[in-house]
Amino acid sequence: MLSKTSPHITGSNSVGKVMVTLLLTMIPGFACLVYFFSWGYLVNLILASATALAVEAAILKTRKRPVLFFLKDSSALVTAALLACALPPLAPWWLTVTGAAIAVIFGKQLFGGLGQNPFNPAMVAYALLLVSLPVFMTTRWANVDQPSSLLESLQIIFNLSASGIDGITGATPLDSYKQNIARLTSADLLVAPLFNGQWPIGWAQVNIAFLIGGLVMLWRRIITWHIPVSLLATLAVMALLFSHDADAKVPVLIHLLSGSTMLAAFFIATDPVSAATSNKGKLYYGAGIGLLIYLIRTWGNYPDATAFAVLLMNFAAPLIDHYTRPRVYGHTNAVKGYKSDD
Amino acid sequence: MNQQANLITTGKVWSIPGGIHPAENKSQSNATPIETLPVPSELWLPLTMHIGAEALPIVKVGDTVCKGELIAQAQTGISASVHAPTSGRITAIKPHPFAHESGLDAMAICIESDGLDAWRKQTPWKDWQQHSAEEILERIHNGGITGLGGAGFPTDIKYRNKHAAVHTLLVNAAECEPYITADDVLIRYYAKEILMGAQISQMLCSAETIIIGIEDNKPEAAQAFREAAKELNLPVTLTVVPTKYPSGGEKQLIQLTTGLEVPAKRLPSDVGVLCQNVGTLRQIYRTVVHDEPLISRITTVTGKAVNKPGNYEVLIGTSIETLLNQAEAHLKKAERVIMGGPMMGFAIPDIAAPIVKATNCILAPTKKELPVPMFDNPCIRCGMCEQVCPVNLLPQQMLWASRNRQLDNAALHSLPDCIECGACSFVCPSNIPLVQYFRYAKGEIRQEEQDNRKAEQARIRFENRQARQEREKIEKEERRKARAEAAAKALAAKKEAQPEGAAPATDAEDPIKAALARAAAKKQEKQASAASKSIDELKADVEKAKTKQAKALERLAEAEKEGSEMVNALRKAAGKLEEKTKSAELALQQAQEQSN
Ligand code: SF4
Ligand code: SF4
Repeated sequence: MLSKTSPHITGSNSVGKVMVTLLLTMIPGFACLVYFFSWGYLVNLILASATALAVEAAILKTRKRPVLFFLKDSSALVTAALLACALPPLAPWWLTVTGAAIAVIFGKQLFGGLGQNPFNPAMVAYALLLVSLPVFMTTRWANVDQPSSLLESLQIIFNLSASGIDGITGATPLDSYKQNIARLTSADLLVAPLFNGQWPIGWAQVNIAFLIGGLVMLWRRIITWHIPVSLLATLAVMALLFSHDADAKVPVLIHLLSGSTMLAAFFIATDPVSAATSNKGKLYYGAGIGLLIYLIRTWGNYPDATAFAVLLMNFAAPLIDHYTRPRVYGHTNAVKGYKSDD
Repeated sequence: MNQQANLITTGKVWSIPGGIHPAENKSQSNATPIETLPVPSELWLPLTMHIGAEALPIVKVGDTVCKGELIAQAQTGISASVHAPTSGRITAIKPHPFAHESGLDAMAICIESDGLDAWRKQTPWKDWQQHSAEEILERIHNGGITGLGGAGFPTDIKYRNKHAAVHTLLVNAAECEPYITADDVLIRYYAKEILMGAQISQMLCSAETIIIGIEDNKPEAAQAFREAAKELNLPVTLTVVPTKYPSGGEKQLIQLTTGLEVPAKRLPSDVGVLCQNVGTLRQIYRTVVHDEPLISRITTVTGKAVNKPGNYEVLIGTSIETLLNQAEAHLKKAERVIMGGPMMGFAIPDIAAPIVKATNCILAPTKKELPVPMFDNPCIRCGMCEQVCPVNLLPQQMLWASRNRQLDNAALHSLPDCIECGACSFVCPSNIPLVQYFRYAKGEIRQEEQDNRKAEQARIRFENRQARQEREKIEKEERRKARAEAAAKALAAKKEAQPEGAAPATDAEDPIKAALARAAAKKQEKQASAASKSIDELKADVEKAKTKQAKALERLAEAEKEGSEMVNALRKAAGKLEEKTKSAELALQQAQEQSN
């Protein structure tokens, strides 16, 4: 019970508002995904949202928690939206539904619901799917030069298509560059329609749109600059150091502007529940993700590495928190580690 | 001209971490001049209006008193006197409602006003410079002055408790809490009196500079200061700080205006700063120069339920109800009445309670104006609390630790540094009353420290007793030895006196006997030391077990009182602890018997 002690005023902040603002800032990036690639993203979003809400409601009910009160905070929708952005747009419907259910059940509610989950729910689902169903997760990407129509998307997603799906699915630029750079030169690669001479068309716009959304979040003070900046900076520095030869490795521009880089930097890594808390801690946390993204993209087996990078740093977050406490007013040193004595 | 320009310097503003920008809501109350409240028919003067020991009444029921007469004397140490705010008759000395969160009554003296408002004999010191610092401090002490900014710390102690040389007198004119304008208006009308108080204060603490720290939302007040300083020809540094809560916190303002941080658990004077609220400075002037003790103050009355919001000059002891009526408050509309500001004030349980020396604001908001949050969501670890904490704490981690009662958690290490400003609660999107948890945990930590201190004292007492007993034992032993030696000598003397013939037999017998005796003595000694050591330990064990048991019983009683479901578990635990105590005692007994 709340007693009437100070403070007697509170800001106009609420969890619901934070989540809704977050969803709104995702719109530009999401619109680009739909516009440049496929209506499949929208279908995925609807499928994922419906599943996430239904599963969340069911679990809240069995856990005897106020269902509407918690549904209203929209955190399930955020998880669904992140998942919809991350999954391949032309994945079969059951993949999306399973993913959303996994995210809510195993990613969030099993740990005790909102605020208790040590890992990012959407990334838990994504990683599980990627490990168990690699084929569906890597081949069902839409082609940028032939954006699939709504009808086509629906046909593929619900497996009603008479013709094969090969015509309209393709690889992501990161994947394609990595696969082919061994035998081709950078210049050869970049003339392909996927890159259109300079950078990955479509993906670049999507990333810039997510960047803009992220800046809006910064401005609304929903996130702080620490994680995105340290993440992007580390990724860029790594790429500059090790990928300076564009004929051998994926160059920095493609790292920054393709795949889920900006989505990860502003929307996934900044998920406060599973991130480090202090400002200094956030810098380490973001840098860690940036580093891991580069390492996994370059030397790992998976083309895009966001999910694994984020999950690995989720593991490290509590440790980072213990070693990055800020110095308190009037004290000469910060308290570090688990010790509680001076 | 040049000299005048140098008179008022603009101070450098340093930055502080965190802070929030709540709606200021100051314009409702700072537009009108200060209104003086008529003398009420009855005044209740609590004896505990300040931090420290309560004042002791020196009047009886039935006595008549003059305005300004001493009615309750400060105790030695930290305490403050109470004076009659008007002339009249003492009608009661008994517990009366008191503005405190606990809702408990406090001892108070009631004065029935005779309507004359007649002063006692006053001896003004127009030439206060002629008096020594000690005399002036005595006068401040006798005037019952306490900090008027909110905490109510006896003012003279602040000057006496200096640990280092003070270089800066900081005038706190920030008034960062929303709604409150008492200081703002006070400065506009009495800037000169405030600065004269600052002059006296400067002389008392021998500060080289006077810095005035004021928020940039009070340009009129800042101007008033400038003019007053010119008029008095008093060099001051005017530091206009950006409006941000809680820049008016003592430690925060020191950091903002000087860049200095007061070390943890120390006083501002440790870094050479003495901070005084504007109201206190003016009172120093009134008391020292005009011989007026602290019997009235300026209080803001505001909130949407109040029809005539503004600042009122009120006699200390006036009931809050009287003041609210004067300001035409609709108590039906007000859901609660808050003493102090919305950030750090508290809801008053009973408005019959009087205005006290530290009451800077009475806030009567409507339900819509300041709604009471109903639900708190779980913490989403958004970290917003951390971004606004002015002392760089991690409220979110402290919340977690205090909720789980992990009082030795590292995150709680700095909990005592929390200034309870409420900024974290203000921004929390989950509406978690963080400060409430922190206050609770602070109390627990204090309790634990107290317990530890008690245990420590018990230990020291115990050890002293041990040492004494040990000493006595050794002394006894020495005495015994001396006796034995004397006896041996006597024996030897006797032996010498004995005939030769008997000697060989005793000689042959003696060495063996002596050796045996020596060995036996050694063994005994060893045993004794081992036994006594274990007795020490055992005694400590018994002591420990006993304190544990007592604690458990206390907790059990509490749980029983509250009808908590923990009762059974606690009872079991208490039983077990009792067994332990018994067995420890038994072991001790046995050991003692053995060693005897
Ligand atoms: S502001 Fe509230 S919800 Fe956010 S981290 Fe702090 S306590 Fe948790
Ligand atoms: S109440 Fe304490 S923890 Fe919260 S912001 Fe203020 S100082 Fe920091």
